[in-house]
Amino acid sequence: MTYSYYPGCTLKTKAKDLDRYARASAAALGIELEEIEEWQCCGGVYPQAQDEIATKLSSIRTLNAAKEKGQDLITVCSGCHHVLKRVNHDMQTNDDIRTRANNYLELDVPYYGETHIIHYLEMLRDVVGFDELKKKVVNPLKGKKIGAYYGCMLLRPNEEMAFDDPENPVIMENFIKAIGATPVIYPFRNECCGAYMTLKKKELAEEKSTKVLKSAEGKGADMLITACPLCLYNLTTNGKSELPVLYFTELLAEALGVK
Amino acid sequence: MAENYKEITSEILRISGANPTKCMQCGKCSGTCPAYSAMEYHPHQFAYLIRSGNVEELLKSDASLYCLSCFACSERCPRGVQPAKLIEAVRLQILREQDGDAIKPEDIPCLLDENLPQQALVSAFRKYRK
Repeated sequence: MTYSYYPGCTLKTKAKDLDRYARASAAALGIELEEIEEWQCCGGVYPQAQDEIATKLSSIRTLNAAKEKGQDLITVCSGCHHVLKRVNHDMQTNDDIRTRANNYLELDVPYYGETHIIHYLEMLRDVVGFDELKKKVVNPLKGKKIGAYYGCMLLRPNEEMAFDDPENPVIMENFIKAIGATPVIYPFRNECCGAYMTLKKKELAEEKSTKVLKSAEGKGADMLITACPLCLYNLTTNGKSELPVLYFTELLAEALGVK
Repeated sequence: MAENYKEITSEILRISGANPTKCMQCGKCSGTCPAYSAMEYHPHQFAYLIRSGNVEELLKSDASLYCLSCFACSERCPRGVQPAKLIEAVRLQILREQDGDAIKPEDIPCLLDENLPQQALVSAFRKYRK
């Protein structure tokens, strides 16, 4: 199956591992990822204001590019996924935003949120299937106790993200089981890491990240996995702990023998 | 309420698209807010003060700048008030004023380190500048 693929800025620079291992693993699973041509940055944060149109346009261009190819769109960065999915929701449901955005963009055919956008983890769960994934694992990560760090962007608001149960998610734990490791459930797995506050009030990001790490350590995790470069940065740079934090795609590639 | 704050209040409501009259002040949003300790006013107070038109103190405070956009308040609100959208509207009301930027490009170089992801810079510029 062939998908349009949106890597996003950070996956081309500081988070190359997230991208590289996502591509290698997809190839091993028979999933073809076609990178959108000349894609633009999603903006990093979803513009919540009702009167913000310009800040949504780059996301709409990406979504429309997938529509024109007749493909579903796959993202892997939590931040990009959040922004693109919520802008797509606006284009499906908010008359004012979609009218003004289409008036500005003057596309050949107006865009009304037709593209189906999924996160890489949803592809693993819903397209490949965790049972099938397990069969393709050549190097099961036996004995590793891994905490899933969901953070915020994949889960909330559930009404729009519809990713998993926002308070008791299971998708990443099921992923961890599929690659042969043992998931560790800990209280702060869906609490904020401090996000962009690292640039505005660093001590707040330090406090938030440390809480997440201590929470996972307290439940016996050997490492954490994440889908978000900013979460990884906060946890590894601002968090006061030596707990390793890795991109989920790196462990996937390792389990599939393509690392 | 001064006439100009009446107008600003309706502007904040328009930008947010949220409805604070649904709020019953249970405080669940503030209880779950990861930026609680940094904020002079807390999410349930944004709902109360905007509903009652007392936005002047919110606009003079830097409380809205510490929202992390984690959406825990909106997700966990039992009344669907979406405090994050109210806080965002106050933040924009501040940033859209002349000289309202809360981060400047010249502040950035000394904040950089080799691992800082582009995502952090893009997000901070979106959140703190207009």
